[in-house]
Amino acid sequence: MTEMTEPGIWQEVPSPFCGIASDDLVIKVDGNNVTILENGDAITKAGFETAITDLSPRINGKDVPLDEAVSYAAQLIRDAKQPVIGGLATDLNGCRAAMALADKSRATVDNMDSTPTFRNLLVLQDTGWMTTTLTEVRNRVDVLLVVGTDIESDFPRFYERMVWNKESMFNQDIESRQVIYLGKTPSGDASTSPKGKKAQVLACDDADLPEVLSVLRALIKGKQIQAKQVGGLAVSDLDALAETLKQAKYSVVTWSAGNLDFDHAETSVQMICELVKDLNLETRSSGLPLGGRDGAMTANQVSAWQSGYPMRTNFSRGFPDYDPYLSDSNRMLANDEVDTLVWVSSFNVQRTPPQSLAKTIVIGRSGMTFEQEPEVFIPVGVPGIDHVGRTFRLDTVVSIPLRKLRDSGLPSTHDVLTAIENAL
Amino acid sequence: MLMKLTGGKIYDPAHGIDGDVRDIYVRNGRIVERPTDVKIDQEIDVRGKVIMAGAIDMHTHIGGGKVNIARTMLPEDHAADVVARTELMRSGCGHAAPSTLTAGYRYAEMGYTAGFEPAILPVNARQAHMEMHDTPIIDKGGYVMLGSDDFLLRMMAANNDQEAINNYVAWTMNHSHAIGVKVVNPGGINAFKFNQRKLDLDEKNNYYGVTPRDILLRLARAVKELGVPHPLHVHGCNLGVPGNMGTTLDTIEGIDGLPMHLTHIQFHSYGTEGDFKFSSGSAQIAEQINKHKNITVDVGQILFGQTVTASGDNMRQHAAHPHAHPNKWVCMDIECDAGCGVLPFKYKDQSYVNALQWMIGLETFLMADDPWRVFLTTDHPNGAPFTSYPHLIKLLMDKTFRNDVLSQLHPEAQKASHLASLDREYSLYEIAIMTRAGAAKLVGLADRGHLGVGGAADITVYTDNPDREKMFTTPDYVFKDGKMVVKDGQLIEVTWGTTHVVKPNYDISIEKQLKPYFDRYHTQKMGNFKISDDEIIDDGRGSITVQPLHAGGRI
Repeated sequence: MTEMTEPGIWQEVPSPFCGIASDDLVIKVDGNNVTILENGDAITKAGFETAITDLSPRINGKDVPLDEAVSYAAQLIRDAKQPVIGGLATDLNGCRAAMALADKSRATVDNMDSTPTFRNLLVLQDTGWMTTTLTEVRNRVDVLLVVGTDIESDFPRFYERMVWNKESMFNQDIESRQVIYLGKTPSGDASTSPKGKKAQVLACDDADLPEVLSVLRALIKGKQIQAKQVGGLAVSDLDALAETLKQAKYSVVTWSAGNLDFDHAETSVQMICELVKDLNLETRSSGLPLGGRDGAMTANQVSAWQSGYPMRTNFSRGFPDYDPYLSDSNRMLANDEVDTLVWVSSFNVQRTPPQSLAKTIVIGRSGMTFEQEPEVFIPVGVPGIDHVGRTFRLDTVVSIPLRKLRDSGLPSTHDVLTAIENAL
Repeated sequence: MLMKLTGGKIYDPAHGIDGDVRDIYVRNGRIVERPTDVKIDQEIDVRGKVIMAGAIDMHTHIGGGKVNIARTMLPEDHAADVVARTELMRSGCGHAAPSTLTAGYRYAEMGYTAGFEPAILPVNARQAHMEMHDTPIIDKGGYVMLGSDDFLLRMMAANNDQEAINNYVAWTMNHSHAIGVKVVNPGGINAFKFNQRKLDLDEKNNYYGVTPRDILLRLARAVKELGVPHPLHVHGCNLGVPGNMGTTLDTIEGIDGLPMHLTHIQFHSYGTEGDFKFSSGSAQIAEQINKHKNITVDVGQILFGQTVTASGDNMRQHAAHPHAHPNKWVCMDIECDAGCGVLPFKYKDQSYVNALQWMIGLETFLMADDPWRVFLTTDHPNGAPFTSYPHLIKLLMDKTFRNDVLSQLHPEAQKASHLASLDREYSLYEIAIMTRAGAAKLVGLADRGHLGVGGAADITVYTDNPDREKMFTTPDYVFKDGKMVVKDGQLIEVTWGTTHVVKPNYDISIEKQLKPYFDRYHTQKMGNFKISDDEIIDDGRGSITVQPLHAGGRI
């Protein structure tokens, strides 16, 4: 359990920032200053160590008391014809409060990472998938196929925690694990085994991935391929990859939808998921969609159980109205369809609202700076630093309790959104 | 405040009351003795009405990962049943995988005041409780799933003694806030990870060498020795496989007289006779249920139409994937702990197999003699959504109606069943046993499911309508902890129920094994796996009710 073992020193602190919810961090808290002493990485260091700057809410740039900011925000939402609650980077109770507010104010809900998330969700809703979770990977993976993704830049500790761990529960020789990249080349050495075995790389451009994946799936299914080359790769190399996957006892095919940044990448995700299903006719194989940083999974989970639908759901008709295209908040904002935007961003000060003509209320992490001062800014605490909370990991199965590490006096997103709802 | 319900016909099987006219007094959320000198603040005339305790759904998939996958993957199913916000209620959706809010409202509107999630994976228990926390009005709780978790299988492979296993089971129940223990395809979910595609009762897991029979015995014994009132809740081997009745009969025999609850028994009662190589095993199964008093069952009745099947049994769900309708499905391996599989499914009345499944369920209801040991479920949403319970009650209480429906089903299936010859019609008293008194006793709820003094005032009042479907769809009144929450079938107040748990004792030394196990193999620390009471209570809306253990419970 996250606990203070000596004054100011916290053990087993979970990270709500990194998507894999690493919970072995050792953290020092001195007043409002937080320092990771052990097991930090670029993502979690920025997450935990960003300093508090603002403590006061602002209306049009002028400091005001919290209740004034809340009632002003409520007024903006009351006057809005098409409000959007976007960003939605917060913890469980922040998401609950956002859903309640959206329901009452007939707003649209969307998450800042929906564009990549929906590359996966559209597949889930169309054909489904077979997936696994991090502890299974840690103990069972024998072949890891990484598709179109540079894991370590977004998930710096993935290999350390899930692939090159010291031991497997099933006495697997960890060194025997094979890592194969298809598409992007890894940016560093995280995928290199402890004894120095480098990952195999079958490099191709993102633009060629749809074709390459189609051929790989065809080969797995035993189809004849006439071409010798696809996307600059030798078909014989893909055939060898197909054979490796078929021979594997527990292969894991992973991708980060954020890295598959091309039009209709969902069809490539679908191809991955279908080839995993094909492999499972004879052996075991699982997909592992990476993502879920800054609470993206939490927002979709809470929305799904409270409304039946994930993000991109609109309450303007009084009931949940799901449309992954029409209710894409980026599209709506770019098209000037939104008159009031509530931007919730309690984890990362870099994640500010997109430029738009909408009146903007930012419920944001203290330390955020804006090119264009929003109508209302209410600085809030960070779940897992300033207040307790819970967050879902990328595999959506495991959620983790977040502790309060310091007493900054900043309100939680839940408290602010609930106050706004009550003031409507 | 003192309330009096005057002159209703009381059906309270826990006290042997079968339609007697009595008054009920309620104060501070509890049923109280008739006071002698206190003013009655509110009197409600319920003369001629049928009064039962609030109904209890002892097996309903209302919260947790696989349910939320089902919700997320079925936008087209929700679209036909979106629910608008009202002054009182949040918006949401219904049908096969309803939103948590809508599920709570609809249960209450049907006179249900408690529901138990039967498949809480230990590593996913936090989510299950989050979702149940957002399920209004009804009380809730759940059975924690063990039996394919590597920790237990390692203990068994190492031949740990029963006391150690009891310790582990009790530890898991405490820290996942469970009221029972469930086992799903014992060891089979684990075996699937080693690419085994079926696992019979005496078939060994390739890695551990442990059989489902061993697992059932160890867990059933643990539950009994810990004094947990709810018997081991078993989703057996070979779900849905023609001929699985043999496995089910062996499972009943093999448990050595220990208390065991066989869930959705309908899915485990299939023979292989006839041209379709699919036949009813309900007669033999019912006979064995009647003979073995240690056995309880719920039926898992199927009803026709679109639904979704959500199960921990990814081995069987994977095998069933060609039947997914629409053609999309999810299987997951989960955390060296369990798994899940979600398949949308459409039961068709002109399908031989589906029609016979419908008949097998009803045959089981009608041939199992003791309503204290058979429970009314559709395994929501696997056999049908819970909103179809009033229809199911009518099928049980009205032979003419039942046979009318039967006569419209697949003709060959009709020939393969003797359902038409079964004359039994359930009485209101028997319905009250199955859905109230018996369910409370089975789950281990000391203060629910009855109308005795001291009991919680969860009360449902119906108009005695010969159309039992109408009667059970729209109760006149529903009281939850003494508050009127439903009037004339409509919700009038939203309250928040409690979470029922048991807290069997354990020896903390178990953590000496568990902590290094988490550190070495898991991706979460043991301490962060544990769910604190604060998480259940949360914003103050939640609460924990610790139900008593059976006397003599020991480690």
